[in-house]
Amino acid sequence: MNTTSILLSGAAAAAMAAALAGGLVLAVPERPAGDAAAVPPAETVRIAPGTLLFPEPGAFLRDGRPVAQPRRSLRLAAPLEIMRHQVSVGAYRRCVAAGACSPADLPRDAAPDLPVTGVSHIDAEAYAAWYSRQTGRTWRLPSAAEWAHAAGTRFVGDLWDGAGDADNPASAWLARYRAEGTTGAPAAPPQPRGRFGANEKGVVDLAGNVWEWTSTCYRRVTLVGEAETRATLENCGVRIAEGRHRAYMSRFIRDGKSGGCAVGTPPEHLGFRLVREPGPLARFALLWGRLTGAQAEEPAV
Amino acid sequence: MVTRREAMMSAGLAALVAALPAMPASAQQAAEIAALPREKVKLVPPPFVHAHDQVARGGPKVVEFTMTIQEKPMVIDDIGTTVHAMTYDGSVPGPLMVVHEGDYVELTLVNPASNELPHNIDFHAATGALGGGELTLINPGEQVTLRFKATRSGTFVYHCAPGGPMIPWHVVSGMSGAIMILPRDGLKDETGKPVRYDRVYYVGENDFYVPRDADGNFKSYASLGESYADTMEVMRGLVPTHVVFNGAVGALTGDNALKSAVGETVLIVHSQANRDSRPHLIGGHGDHVWEEGKFANPPAKDLETWFIRGGSAGAALYTFLQPGIYAYVNHNLIEAVELGATAHFVVDGEWNEDLMSQVEAPRPIATN
Repeated sequence: MNTTSILLSGAAAAAMAAALAGGLVLAVPERPAGDAAAVPPAETVRIAPGTLLFPEPGAFLRDGRPVAQPRRSLRLAAPLEIMRHQVSVGAYRRCVAAGACSPADLPRDAAPDLPVTGVSHIDAEAYAAWYSRQTGRTWRLPSAAEWAHAAGTRFVGDLWDGAGDADNPASAWLARYRAEGTTGAPAAPPQPRGRFGANEKGVVDLAGNVWEWTSTCYRRVTLVGEAETRATLENCGVRIAEGRHRAYMSRFIRDGKSGGCAVGTPPEHLGFRLVREPGPLARFALLWGRLTGAQAEEPAV
Repeated sequence: MVTRREAMMSAGLAALVAALPAMPASAQQAAEIAALPREKVKLVPPPFVHAHDQVARGGPKVVEFTMTIQEKPMVIDDIGTTVHAMTYDGSVPGPLMVVHEGDYVELTLVNPASNELPHNIDFHAATGALGGGELTLINPGEQVTLRFKATRSGTFVYHCAPGGPMIPWHVVSGMSGAIMILPRDGLKDETGKPVRYDRVYYVGENDFYVPRDADGNFKSYASLGESYADTMEVMRGLVPTHVVFNGAVGALTGDNALKSAVGETVLIVHSQANRDSRPHLIGGHGDHVWEEGKFANPPAKDLETWFIRGGSAGAALYTFLQPGIYAYVNHNLIEAVELGATAHFVVDGEWNEDLMSQVEAPRPIATN
């Protein structure tokens, strides 16, 4: 397998995808020197640094009782460059055709400009790695805090902050269930790009009916004081998907509906968008700013 | 090829298209029934049940019901899969009827002209004429009235049985429901002591067999007739694509979850007209369970899971002791989670620390 693989005709690419599905192990193509043009660059939005009041994801305990998630003021010191749109079916198919991504759980006839759905956190990371190789830049999933910062007024977080009546553990479950209550109406299929509009920062389709994977792991945190942490247990087998409400999903799950427990409202669809790490010049500028005191605070994420 | 059984059933059907008159009762019997008080009951869609007395007031009566058969598209899951459902009174399952032992059930069945197919009703509670099926076959544009005596107490399935392969097809398309015939003096526990319920819910379970296209997506059809051959093919494989409560995946969850409270006693009537099921209340029990649904038998006590035979309805009585969310499932958990057979109870009230307590909250494993 050589670097021309991503230029293969559709038929050859399909054959290769079929070979992959059949269990053949193919070498992942190295980053090509001259064919990055084969992958159209994703349009990004540059989000200015800023401060946000962020309800931390995870479960929080104080004195052995579930308590509300702490809301912390976080400063994101560096500008964030995030994809304006969710990664599309067409873009994801290129990665599949290149043998670097597993096929998404999608109808075969899904339109290429729909957001890709039926993808796990593992799939999203594979796409980010492939896309980084194709573009020569580092792309990755946003953290939950970065996603919230980009989402602005579209950010929702957990529908229930986890607080409960100390004497009645069921009260928290009931409150959460009621907050997430649904009518049992069928979930709409993924909608064409732009259907849910842009937020005030120009990022499109946030908190529509496609939940977006983040890099943030599930955590259980034991608090002592107001915001003091005694113990944190992180489970990176479960990642946070943000959208119309926050969801904690096993990272191999492609269909949000099957990722939940006996009760609770799962995400309708799972997709993602990526953020681009600053290039060398931007990194230098940021470092310079820090050294000269222009940026006094550390990035929070 | 037509099997002998199908031929027998079809023969009954053919004879009926000519609309047989009801058998005349003896003049004396007719006069006695005519002298009975009559009550007209308006049915309500499941999981709810029309208002009724748990202990009969007065002597036997004639209880009148009307059901209109509706053939209509229904969405049966959360991805919008649509089937041409056949329904009694517009719901899957049909409504639960409640009478007392010794009462007469008088049902007027209406098959509007807008429907495509002939239908009838077979009451497992009734005696004779294939459960009434022989006397109730009606074409689109017809109606019929059947009366039968409720001679045995219990929960019983009713379903459409219009002959041959039409029988399973109509049933898995939604045409089943249940009737509850209470003892005149109400329900009793295994020692004969009266037991009562504060609420009653009717959970009808239905298995669907939806054909798929070449890409594996569920197909939809322009009409019932066009769906028949493909659906029958899936049915013959005996593997349902959906097993649901109250007609659709998620029909009894979220905003439509069943409600109760700590201290309340709930009677859950569960029917499955076609296939075995095994209801289980996660986090609760069946205090008194009439697994076969027949109240002349003493109820079983303290069950974890109970068995509903295909073609029967059972009843379970439970007093909630703890608040929270309870999942009421078919404890073939694949059917519950993957195929849809899950309902939820939302139960308010005070937590009982004696029954359960988290002694120590989750924390990192102690290292010494």
